[in-house]
Amino acid sequence: MYTPHTPRDIAQMLATVGVNSLDDLVRVPDAVALRERLDLVPALPEAGIVKRFEHFARKNVGASYISFLGGGSYRHYTPPAIASLAMRGEFLTSYTPYQAEVSQGYLQAIYEWQTYVCLLTGLDIANASVYDGATALAEATIMSIHANGRKRALVSRAVNPNYRAVLQTYCDGLDVELDEIPVTANGTTDLAALQALVAGGSYACVALQSPNFFGNIDVPDAAAQSAIAASGTVSIAVVAEAIALAVLATPASWGAQIAVGEGQSFGVATAYGGPYLGFMATTKEHMRRIPGRLVGKTVDAGGNEAYVLTLQAREQHIRRERATSNICTNQAHCALIATIYLALLGKTGLQDVASANLKRSRELAASVASLQGCALEFDAPFFNEVVVNVGRPAGEVLDRLKGRGILGGIDLGRFYPEYANFILMTATELTSAGDIKALHAALNEVLDVPARV
Amino acid sequence: MSRLASDHTYSPIIFEQGQEGRGSRYVESGGAPTGFLPPEALRADLPLPDNSELDVVRHFTRLSARTFGIDLGFYPLGSCTMKYNPRVNDAMAELPALRDLHPWTPDDLAQGALQIMWELERSLCSLFGMAAFSLNPSAGAHAELTALLIAKKYFKDRGERQRGTVIVPDTAHGTNPASAAMCGFKVLSLRSDARGRVSVDELKNVLGADTAVCMMTNPNTLGLFEDHIHEIARAVHEAGGLMYYDGANANALMGNARPGDMGFDLMHLNLHKTFTIPHGGGGAGHGPVGVAAHLVEYLPIPYVRARAKAGADPNAAPSDRMEFRLDFDLPHSVGPVRSFWSNFAHAVRALAYIYANGAEGLAKVSQLAVLNANYLRVRVRDFLETPYDEICRHEFVASAQDLKRETGVKALDLAKALLDRGFMAPTIYFPLIVAESLMIEPTETESKETLDEFVAALREIVSLAKSDPGKILAAPEHTVVGRLDETRAARQPDLRWYPHPATA
Repeated sequence: MYTPHTPRDIAQMLATVGVNSLDDLVRVPDAVALRERLDLVPALPEAGIVKRFEHFARKNVGASYISFLGGGSYRHYTPPAIASLAMRGEFLTSYTPYQAEVSQGYLQAIYEWQTYVCLLTGLDIANASVYDGATALAEATIMSIHANGRKRALVSRAVNPNYRAVLQTYCDGLDVELDEIPVTANGTTDLAALQALVAGGSYACVALQSPNFFGNIDVPDAAAQSAIAASGTVSIAVVAEAIALAVLATPASWGAQIAVGEGQSFGVATAYGGPYLGFMATTKEHMRRIPGRLVGKTVDAGGNEAYVLTLQAREQHIRRERATSNICTNQAHCALIATIYLALLGKTGLQDVASANLKRSRELAASVASLQGCALEFDAPFFNEVVVNVGRPAGEVLDRLKGRGILGGIDLGRFYPEYANFILMTATELTSAGDIKALHAALNEVLDVPARV
Repeated sequence: MSRLASDHTYSPIIFEQGQEGRGSRYVESGGAPTGFLPPEALRADLPLPDNSELDVVRHFTRLSARTFGIDLGFYPLGSCTMKYNPRVNDAMAELPALRDLHPWTPDDLAQGALQIMWELERSLCSLFGMAAFSLNPSAGAHAELTALLIAKKYFKDRGERQRGTVIVPDTAHGTNPASAAMCGFKVLSLRSDARGRVSVDELKNVLGADTAVCMMTNPNTLGLFEDHIHEIARAVHEAGGLMYYDGANANALMGNARPGDMGFDLMHLNLHKTFTIPHGGGGAGHGPVGVAAHLVEYLPIPYVRARAKAGADPNAAPSDRMEFRLDFDLPHSVGPVRSFWSNFAHAVRALAYIYANGAEGLAKVSQLAVLNANYLRVRVRDFLETPYDEICRHEFVASAQDLKRETGVKALDLAKALLDRGFMAPTIYFPLIVAESLMIEPTETESKETLDEFVAALREIVSLAKSDPGKILAAPEHTVVGRLDETRAARQPDLRWYPHPATA
């Protein structure tokens, strides 16, 4: 499929090349020739492909359930204008904009994305994107190691467990020790422990997430900020729910030198986990350590404003093993989607979304907390996620909710053995009053059933 | 009048458009944030522009008109495999129950998604001769990193920590050495021989107890098949090392030969090259990593498992008789490498492409990609040097070295002149071992007519370079901007717009 060659074309072209058959062109030595018949899915005409994928889609029963899932991936309203613009073939089928003269549109869009990230985080410099929130944290850690030469990293246990696990994978590769800061009984990072840990000056960086994995606002206080700064530790702010940036104090305002996170909430579909986009911003001081593509503004030979990929001396295709990172392909198209999302919503629209999340999640929290046998575990200020103590294994409760067509949230016992009775529940602007009512009724039934011992 | 003022594709930066309060209403506001959070938790200001939807639509439509994609014309960017991206693939990725499925959905409610991942994985295993693939890595470089982490852990578990060297030919992509460095490996660059291949003798000289991995691209970035691959693999294995296949050029042999049969232990694919996933201006990609049987237990998590489903219809398709789950419990796993399981929407596109072709179709794809490249090679060598002139695979490398000596016109200038004539430029100045290189990869989706037009344009450019080189040195003249001042961009970095003139 999708090849235009007629038998006549093939014959003419083979003659021009001077070989007899297509097989002659792709022949390999006998010792490495194909050993077996290929076993693939059958070839189907286009109509058959559509039928097959509709069949797959029907088996994703969970897509139509009432959902309170979050934990690093969020359902948000996406205006149809996004897809109609982002799916234009000029954008969709272009490569990394190496030839700037015919890529000005995409380069300008990336420059706009870099600016949006700076305005949202309060920092000076942002790159064109990395793979996702987790790898953005890993890349920020590598930047910190390059900055101060220390081979230990520190991360709060309230950072998304997937991000921490990925960070551990990267640290293993680099032979870097990774330590964790404990969480307080109120679901935020233990700042006293943080101060004690950084005091020795042995950590390259310290990473805190806000809102953290439990949904709580979690930033260092003045004393912790001073301790981090005094110890020469690079402070990394992690943001998994980017909508929160619209209302929360910026990472720069509490001294973060690097802000990283997940941009999926800006118009990118949940899509069973990807593709999403990692964002990275930092101070001018770290400009030459940031990985990935950077678009800069310059002029052309005639003095017209123009955009171009720049500071490429950091990158793998120039510097090879001495590059700041190995990243080549990034998430440009997701960054384009996010840029269009931010342009459409603007200041007012983004604040509307953020405040709707604040409101809905408080309605959810109040509804759940009013049930016998349910309690909100923490009372720290939160964004759009809450931790509910159901007083019995969360997995059982979630299974029973599932039987009632509801995805009630995430079983925290999967990541924190001591939180086996806790569910992480999320509400966004797409969560309706009806959804919350349905959850209330279902939980009421489920919690009435005596738990198995 | 300046070029920009007369340009109907121009749109000023978004931050200098709009007025506060002009935005459209997309969701109902929840009210002032101060009603929900303490004042110290809140930001002082949100300095983003409010635009009307029409202004935003016009802005990005204009930006798209200043962007060149495959949909506009021939894109012979070597090593990037810029083939047609079928629309049905995008439509399948947009099916609501695929697009809107949440990654934390319990396995039993996400069976369709898991089945897609499993079918893709099994198909890739058969096509490339590997025991298993992980769909986790987000791109080729990410997969290289993953594979080298696997190698590092494998040697550690075997008590062979001294294996700290990764061997990379000088024709390799820059990601190879950069990925090796991210896993703490020392990189040893191997000089190619006069035929543009890895020299088996030179390789044997550097193999030893410190050898961890030999990373190879086959066909290599000169478009040449490494015909001693069997000997190379044997030598590396005898030295106790692992063979890694960089799948950037897999379009050259898909369905006709397999890395697994060549002795590779690890490999990656760029599904966004070979399997028609759109590049989208530089990503997102999708880079599955494949392993031979002895490395399966080291794959990143999660990994999709299948087992026979009780009571399944015996007449159903094989995968419809199974049930699937995400396995997070691989005891030797290197760990997860990304936030969630895979670039799933791209797995959908890749599987749709496999369905569109089947095994025979994919083999034909490669054959025609190789035919197109050879056809261009023999036509281009009439007027440009082709330093390694033999049957190539999916791409070939020409050189403007002689032309430069004769006329002062370089590969870069030829590239810019092609832009003026409606073509994307080939990859230039890569691979590094050919001076003034132009790396040309036409892909199989281009017709003979398009290739002939490209040859005619390039011939005319070379001829003009000889008669009136100034014309080529001044190119491009018909693009929305002319050649850029890249030195200024790097020396005075302007990486963002500022609300007020920058203070620094």
